[in-house]
Amino acid sequence: MQIQSELNFKPYPISNIQHLNSNSYLLSFQRDFDFHAGQILALKIADADTPRYYSIASGINDPQIDILFNVKPGSTFSPRLAGLVPGDLLQVSSPAGMFLGTAGPDIWIAAGTGIAPFRSMMRSGLSNGKILLQGASAPESLYFAEEFRAALGEAYVPCLSRHSQPGIFHGRVTDYLRQLDQIDTEKTHYLCGSAEMVVDTRDILTERGVPFGKVLAEVYF
Amino acid sequence: MILLGKNLDELEALVRAEEMPSYTGMQLARWLYGSEAASFAEMSNLSKQSRTVLENKYQTGFSEHVKVSVSADGTRKYLFPTGGGRFIETAFMPEARRNTLCLSTQVGCKMGCLFCMTARQGFQANLSAGEIVNQLRSLPERNRVTNIVYMGMGEPFDNTEEVLKSLEILTAPWGFAISPKKITVSTIGLIPGMIQFLEKTRCNLAISLHSPFDEERRKLMPVQHVYPIRDVIRELIRTDAGRQRKISFEYILFRGINDSDGHIREMARLLNKLPCRVNLMRFHPVPNAPLEGADEASLVRFRDALNAKGIIATIRQSRGIDIEAACGLLSTKAMLSK
Repeated sequence: MQIQSELNFKPYPISNIQHLNSNSYLLSFQRDFDFHAGQILALKIADADTPRYYSIASGINDPQIDILFNVKPGSTFSPRLAGLVPGDLLQVSSPAGMFLGTAGPDIWIAAGTGIAPFRSMMRSGLSNGKILLQGASAPESLYFAEEFRAALGEAYVPCLSRHSQPGIFHGRVTDYLRQLDQIDTEKTHYLCGSAEMVVDTRDILTERGVPFGKVLAEVYF
Repeated sequence: MILLGKNLDELEALVRAEEMPSYTGMQLARWLYGSEAASFAEMSNLSKQSRTVLENKYQTGFSEHVKVSVSADGTRKYLFPTGGGRFIETAFMPEARRNTLCLSTQVGCKMGCLFCMTARQGFQANLSAGEIVNQLRSLPERNRVTNIVYMGMGEPFDNTEEVLKSLEILTAPWGFAISPKKITVSTIGLIPGMIQFLEKTRCNLAISLHSPFDEERRKLMPVQHVYPIRDVIRELIRTDAGRQRKISFEYILFRGINDSDGHIREMARLLNKLPCRVNLMRFHPVPNAPLEGADEASLVRFRDALNAKGIIATIRQSRGIDIEAACGLLSTKAMLSK
C-alpha cells in the first residue's frame, strides 16, 4: 500500500455514468491496474481537489472500475462527480486500503453505498459461504440486489427501513440482528456503512457474544 | 452573517464592501478575539454608523453555554449549543501550573473507534471556525486558559479547513495571540489533513495510537484500513515533524488487549526514529464497549518499560471522571434526552 503523499494520480476517461436513483450514481472507467477486492481509490477531478476516497465496486477480473456514490447534501465534490459525462477525465489514485475480502465463511453487513466493497468481493469470486445483510431505506437503494440474490440465494438478506415489501425484512440491519435467536460468534463480521450504522451494529454483535476482534469495519469519511 | 470565525483578510474585505474605514477590519478583529465585548454596541471605537450597519446586517456569533458540570477535581465541562438542536462539549481543566481547554471540532464523529463515546452519536455536523473559537471566546474562564487541546468531540482532520482557520485565529497577533507551542491538535491519523496541518501551522500534534499492530489497531480503529499507523509515522519522519513541534502518541491501556511486553517492543520499534513521547491513558468505560481498562500497576509497568527502551512515556492524569468528562458522554446524553 502506498502512503498518501506517494499516491500517484493518473487520468482516466469516464466510460459510463449511470444515474441509479434520485441521488446515487455508478461511475465506470476502463482500468489498467490490479487491485484487491475491498480496496479503495482516491479520486480528484481537478489537480487542486482534496482527494476523496471511494470503494471499488467492481470485481478483480472486470475490465472496468465501478464506483458507487451518493450526492451528499453540503458536499462540494460529489455533485461535481455526478456532473461528469463519458469522456471526461477523472484523476484516479493507485488502489489502497486493507478492508480486504477473504475466502472464509464471513458475514457481510452493509448499508447504503457501503455495499460497494462487498460487490467487489462477490464479483471477485469470494461469495462462497457468505451471508450478506444489505440495508437501505427504499427498494431503489438496494444496489445490485439482483446480482447478490443470484450469487448468494437465501444467504442474501435485504432489509428496507422505510418500505414494506414481500420477501424483504422491514427494518434496519440492526433490527434484523436484534430479532435473531442466535448470532454466529465464530465467523468474522465485515461492516461497511455510516459511522452510526457501524457503531450500532458492532454494539449488537459484541453484546451478543461476537468477540470485537471478529468485527471489521470500514466507515465513510 | 456571523463574524466570529472570520480571519483578518475576510474582515477587511467585509469592511471594504460596507465602505467603512479600512482600519475597521483590524478593530473588529480585536473586538471579536481580543476583548470581552458581548455585542457590536460595546465596540466603542467603531463609528456609530459602522456599529449600526453591523447590528443591522451581521451577528457576532458569540454563543453562551447552556449547561456546566463541575468536577471535584475542578474540571468544568460546558455544553454549548450549535445549529439544529445539537450540542458540543468543551472542558476546562485547571491545574497548578496550567489551565487547559479541550475543544470540539465536530458534532459527533465518523471514525467509529470502538472505545469512543462520541462515535455513538454518529456524525451530525462539522463545526465552523467560529463555533470552534467560540468555545474559548464564550468561556467564563477564557482569561485563565494557558493551553488548548483539540481533543474533544470529532476528528479535527475530518474538518481540516475550519480547524486550520480556527488555529489561525487562535495564534494570530490580531486574533487570540496564543503561542502555537501551547496548542495541541489530536488526530487518529488522517494523513491528508495532517500534511496540511504540518505545512501551515507550528502547533503540536498528538496521534491516537492504541496499538502498534496493524491487525489489532484496525479492530479498535477502522481508520487503520485506510491510513495505517506506519504510514502516518513515515509521513511524520519524512517531514521531520518531530523537530519542528512536540509530537505525542496517545495510548489507552486496555486490560489483556494492548498491554503485553510484545506491545512495548513493537512500540519501541515503531517510534524509535521519531522524536516523540507517549501519553498512557486510563480507559473511561463507555456503554457497550467490550473493553476494560488496565489497572494502575499495568500502567506503571508499561510506562517504565517504554522509558527503559528510550521512549519517553508518561501516564496522563484522568480529569472530571465524576462529571462524565470522557468525550461525548455529556452531549450524547443531552442529545438522547431531547
